[in-house]
Amino acid sequence: MIASAKTLTPLLIRYVLRLGDLSLILGQRLGEWVGHAPALEEDLGLANIALDLIGQARLLLAYAAELEDRGRGEDDIAFLRQQEEYLNPTLVEQPNGDFGDTIVRQVLIDAFQLELYDRLRSSADERLAAIAEKALKETRYHWRYSSNWLIRLGDGTEESHARVQSALERLWPYTVELVEEDELDREMADCGIAPPLAELRVAWSKRLDEVLAEATLERPPERPFSWFGKRGEHSEHLGYVLAEMQYLQRSHPGARW
Amino acid sequence: MSAAPADARIEAAWRALASIADPELPPLTLGDLGVIRFVRSRPDGTLEVGLSPTYTGCPATDYIRQRAERALIEAEIGAFSISAVLAPAWTSDWISSEGRRKLHEYGIVPPEPAAPSLQARQLACPRCRSLDTECLSEFGSTPCKALHRCRACLEPFEVFKCI
Repeated sequence: MIASAKTLTPLLIRYVLRLGDLSLILGQRLGEWVGHAPALEEDLGLANIALDLIGQARLLLAYAAELEDRGRGEDDIAFLRQQEEYLNPTLVEQPNGDFGDTIVRQVLIDAFQLELYDRLRSSADERLAAIAEKALKETRYHWRYSSNWLIRLGDGTEESHARVQSALERLWPYTVELVEEDELDREMADCGIAPPLAELRVAWSKRLDEVLAEATLERPPERPFSWFGKRGEHSEHLGYVLAEMQYLQRSHPGARW
Repeated sequence: MSAAPADARIEAAWRALASIADPELPPLTLGDLGVIRFVRSRPDGTLEVGLSPTYTGCPATDYIRQRAERALIEAEIGAFSISAVLAPAWTSDWISSEGRRKLHEYGIVPPEPAAPSLQARQLACPRCRSLDTECLSEFGSTPCKALHRCRACLEPFEVFKCI
């Protein structure tokens, strides 16, 4: 059913929060690598991707704040919500693990964001279309970085191959919710705001198959079970991410740079 | 000051904005970067200024905005408002030829207009001009740059990314 203008705004806010929280939480996770990556170039690479993602999160959360019009700003939304109010997919809150785990998580998300932003450019919502246009350019660099690394690790040594294959199997179940449509996705697609997820799923899947083949990795079998971080039902890991991320704003309310 | 004709105020605002130096790339000005989208006058006399962010997460974006506010106050052009313009998205193609020349002089390889892929092009070392160079990292010290190395003179150098 197509929502009327009055009921549409709360739905649109939830959808924008899904996109913004994905970027925010993944950016926060990648930031944990600063000073710990295996080489200086990778330290810079992961930090740069984190910076882009936090930039995207700012644009999206500021938009959500304007839409809800309750006097909250992007910082309030980013730092002062409770866990169940975060609508990021569960995949992005998973721990960094080793460099291979991080790269696998990144490939899965970059492929998703690439296909999503590409289609969101023609969204009926002009603001989302503009943000997607901007973010797509950056995401192309992220994808090139993560997919090149996946190929090097997958088609590398026995050890690196085994590690990324096992990371892929561990993280794969979390991808179900990324491309599985729920009611909100359907409402957004019906209004022309978001692309239909079924179509996005095909493109995402094809993109992944190509890179997995080149990386000599095997695509794990599908399992029916799914997480639903995008509905606010998170894994045990998000609480720890939030504790670190929110510490400053909770301890010193209203602190500014 | 708002008694001055709108055209003169718009021109003064452009001049003030265009000469602001980029905090990370001091030889480049906002004019060289091509981030000033518009300066126009509203019916109530307020000047509207539109700036394009280069990278969404670039920490220089907030700084540039603050510098722009200060420059406009100092230029005494009267009431103004600054907004970020996302669409059309900023592209490195908007860097002026003067800006490209300055980048090169500063030791940073400028972005090639509409280059399809960073890997596809063979870049010349900005110091010794050798074409025997390699990409060390697609991500450099700031969001807009990649890190390369010259195999002839062994010096590392930065490349402005094409987006």
